[in-house]
Amino acid sequence: MSPAPDDLTALSLREAGSGIAARAVSSRELVEAALARIAARDGKVGAFLAVTAGRARAAAAEADARAARGERRSELDGVPIALKDLFATKGVATTAGSRILEGFLPPYDATVVERLQAAGAVLVGKLNMDEFAMGSSNENSGYRPCANPWDLSRTPGGSSGGSAAAVAARFVHGALGTDTGGSIRLPASFCGVVGVKPTYGRVSRYGVVAFASSLDQVGPLARTVEDAALLLEKIAGHDPRDLTSSPRPVDDYLGRLEEGARGLRIGVPREWFQGGLDAGVEQSVRGALATYERLGAKLVEISLPHSKYGIAAYYLIAPAEASSNLARYDGVRFGLRAEARGLKEMYAETRERGLGAEPKRRIMLGTYALSSGYYDAYYLRAQKVRTLVRRDFDAAFAACDVVAGPVAPSVAFRLGEKTADPLQMYLADVFTITCNLAALPGLSVPCGLERESGMPVGLQLVGRPFDEATLLRAARALEREVGPLPAPALG
Amino acid sequence: MALSLEEVRRIAALARLRLSPEEEETFAVQLSAILGHVEQLRELDVSGVEPMTHALAEGAVPLRPDVLQESLAPRDALANAPAREGTCFKVPRIIE
Repeated sequence: MSPAPDDLTALSLREAGSGIAARAVSSRELVEAALARIAARDGKVGAFLAVTAGRARAAAAEADARAARGERRSELDGVPIALKDLFATKGVATTAGSRILEGFLPPYDATVVERLQAAGAVLVGKLNMDEFAMGSSNENSGYRPCANPWDLSRTPGGSSGGSAAAVAARFVHGALGTDTGGSIRLPASFCGVVGVKPTYGRVSRYGVVAFASSLDQVGPLARTVEDAALLLEKIAGHDPRDLTSSPRPVDDYLGRLEEGARGLRIGVPREWFQGGLDAGVEQSVRGALATYERLGAKLVEISLPHSKYGIAAYYLIAPAEASSNLARYDGVRFGLRAEARGLKEMYAETRERGLGAEPKRRIMLGTYALSSGYYDAYYLRAQKVRTLVRRDFDAAFAACDVVAGPVAPSVAFRLGEKTADPLQMYLADVFTITCNLAALPGLSVPCGLERESGMPVGLQLVGRPFDEATLLRAARALEREVGPLPAPALG
Repeated sequence: MALSLEEVRRIAALARLRLSPEEEETFAVQLSAILGHVEQLRELDVSGVEPMTHALAEGAVPLRPDVLQESLAPRDALANAPAREGTCFKVPRIIE
């Protein structure tokens, strides 16, 4: 008898892959189970912008044929996954969540897409997101809202909201997102999944729609730390097509996963627990820190004195870079074009119709910060503050191996709660943003459910440059103690 | 730091954005609030601090050898063009 579809979708990525290898389950069964669950449940979640059923079925048939011959591309061969709609997929529409890219068919695959395909992973669809990855709630999607699978009246977080929601809702066994100021870790925390933002330069961004190029980084979202490590191992490593991609060899993330927390020095930044942090979140995070202590880790109080300037520096640097990156959406080479008499009119008309409020707001802010007479006061000063933020971490890592604290000041907030006030929305990233500014690796790992709301809370871990292995090992140690979260009700 | 409507219009023109009168009003208020928040960076003494212009340490990524390699074929590069003529992107008339 074959297993029930909902038992299949509940498998971890590792379990699904092992099942295929052992011929206990087929890629076809896994893909059909995923497609059936998406068809039945995603109407009210809104995690997907497009489901690629035909391609997924064809890829599954190939994976099953390989399995029948005893061939195996990797542990992921035949396992259904999905991608934030920011990754170029050859011949598959890629929108970046924006109407200005509606119908755009990339002529090539992003490097991470090539790598996942080479590993045999089966793409079942493209995931919802804030337009051009600008947002913290997925409410800036140009297409449809996305809800939190734990409570459909709340946001999944953003900007990789669809990625976190799809993994939490058991639509897929893993997904990729991007993180510029918290866009993987925040939704991972809100949806109760594991989300990793690797060190800047660890994962290639070739074929990833650019938002803020000195901050953007690609990373995995999954239901277990091991699954996130598996995905990261597949996508990490040098790519000659991305000039910011580091040639450093990739560590053995899986090999070090079970080393435990004994002897680990965990830095607890004073500034991350001062004001603005909800009591329920603080309680969960403190609980996780106590668990680490019980496991033999040493808690060290540290100070990151420039943390409070993170949002301000970020909202000059990121919009400045975005205003330049988004200049390419002008109706000339791809995407939407509005017909107009002259060239300048065509640019303005196209951008007016194709871009939503948040990209426009950030383009305005960035253009202002870079404009004549303001550059030194805003952009240059923000880059100097960025140096100070990085120095804070460098000093802290003399005394500790990882930094731990909350991912967000609250659990997932309600849909519509912050949409009227952009600054309030920006402040949701207050704890995640310094990690991007300092170009460090960070992750979110579930540390329990908040007592009052029953919503998941994530613990944030930030590490030394290129030390993802220690972060994952520390996250795994906590995961073993916390145990798996219950499945969200999707109600 | 309050941004005037006039300034909002000037920035929009620089950014090749066309805003409705309502958007101009909203952005004037919202951008002023955001700029008000970033004002706090002025509290810091940044004299003598080098700006972080690269997220990776300089020289961490070697340049590839300067040799010819295949790039996107014109047909593929033009496949998404809203308008084209031959192997060119076609745009509205620039000089009247």
